[in-house]
Amino acid sequence: MPIQWLDKLIRRARVKSPWLLHFDCGSCNGCDIEVLACLTPVYDVERFGIVNVGNPLHADLLLVTGTVNRRNGRVLTNLYEQMAAPKVVVAIGSCGLSGGIFRTAYNVIGGVDQMIPVDVYVPGCPPRPEAIIDGVFLALDRLSRPAKSSDRPPLKPVAGRSSP
Amino acid sequence: MRTSVIPFGPQHPVLPEPLQLKLTVEDEVITEAVPALGYVHRGLEALAQNRDFHQMVQVTERVCGICSVLHAICYCQGLEDIMGITVPPRARYLRVIWGELLRLHSHLLWMGLFADSFGFESLFMQLWKIRERVLDIQEATTGNRVISGTIRVGGVSRDMDARQVHWIADQLTWVAHQVRQIEPVLREDFTIRRRTEGKGVLTSAQARELGAVGPVLRASGIAQDIRQTGYAAYGELDFEPVTATAGDCHARCMVRLGEIDQSIDLIHQALDRLPGGDIRSEVRGRPQGETLMRVEQPRGEVVYYIRADGGKTLSRVRIRTPTFANIPVLVKLLPGIFLSDVPVVVLSIDPCVSCLER
Repeated sequence: MPIQWLDKLIRRARVKSPWLLHFDCGSCNGCDIEVLACLTPVYDVERFGIVNVGNPLHADLLLVTGTVNRRNGRVLTNLYEQMAAPKVVVAIGSCGLSGGIFRTAYNVIGGVDQMIPVDVYVPGCPPRPEAIIDGVFLALDRLSRPAKSSDRPPLKPVAGRSSP
Repeated sequence: MRTSVIPFGPQHPVLPEPLQLKLTVEDEVITEAVPALGYVHRGLEALAQNRDFHQMVQVTERVCGICSVLHAICYCQGLEDIMGITVPPRARYLRVIWGELLRLHSHLLWMGLFADSFGFESLFMQLWKIRERVLDIQEATTGNRVISGTIRVGGVSRDMDARQVHWIADQLTWVAHQVRQIEPVLREDFTIRRRTEGKGVLTSAQARELGAVGPVLRASGIAQDIRQTGYAAYGELDFEPVTATAGDCHARCMVRLGEIDQSIDLIHQALDRLPGGDIRSEVRGRPQGETLMRVEQPRGEVVYYIRADGGKTLSRVRIRTPTFANIPVLVKLLPGIFLSDVPVVVLSIDPCVSCLER
């Protein structure tokens, strides 16, 4: 079928140049500067075709750091809904996973998955840039497979995997 | 002329953090700026009531990932003041070394973001490349790149051996060399000066009146640095506050550039004079009393108020962060400038939203 062939080609092209959107959702900045460090010469994710964009409409990947609270949860949901499908979400850092050290604080609802579906969890406080890049690659796996409506249980966390 | 309100943030490409400014503009000129905060508020101060005072050190380190060690130092100094603990000299020097490494990486980080704010992306990349070397030193000595977790009440939890001391000195010489190569670009480049000179001018009278702190205050000609009070080992080291007189964005950049050299010099001094001995004194009993402690962070003066009632947990911890003190300055600087200059002026105060909202 020609349409299937085209679909395969598009999926392959998408993985070769994923654009990512980074949102700081109540993080302590530790994870944010590690995400930014991924873009700079030492780790340089641009060699994989990954570009950081500021517009959710351009983005394939959403990188979220930090805990969700009542005020920024709305912003996070807005950003996620604006992104065009197919889209994948990577939650970064202990806070993004579960609330981390702030879990019992009064203004914290919990991890990112309380608000939007998360595909890959990257643990660490903060995770090393290598772990973040590994998480992004796991998310790209998800992007390269054909989308199914039931395809939502999260991938296994990055912990225990060797760095790329 | 039509007036319109433009929301700057919370998600935007200039800052990695969700700071929202509601900008009222007439054509392209700002007439009013209103900060809308609370996107990062977690309620850290209230955590003091259900955490042990030793565990609280880890929480204060996560007030802000960029100033982490200095928050912990300030908190621990406060508790040591309440409990009457004398910190061993070696621990005081190690605190200076880690504190200054943090200032070094924070200023390099800021300078990169500042360069990015006026579209100088190659300079951003260069500065962050240098910064990675500072993070390597942090990782080698503390075990983590960003949040170190080495500061404890009564001292520090990790020591350095003589080999590491030599290695750090070597690495810092490389960092100093690299910074010296970039310095003329920041100082004299025509484009950078056109984008930053005369933008967001704060006079020394205004700085005093608005209660500005840190490099923002020093760039307006007021030589005030909390390190001069001689906490940790600063009383035994030689340094002078770096100041500038112009009070504009370029002057703030120059002050931070001077502080990079100053930090490298302070670390060299501390490494040379590093005394031997214990790294932690014994902590006995529970704290009772109250204290106010001030420490100089990369962004300015942080104030901790701590009250303890003799229990396992503290009854109140109040944190006044430098960005909180500098937000009135920002609100004063923005009216009258062009919308296109907003990123440069906002970044010139080095806003740390995570600190600000806690």
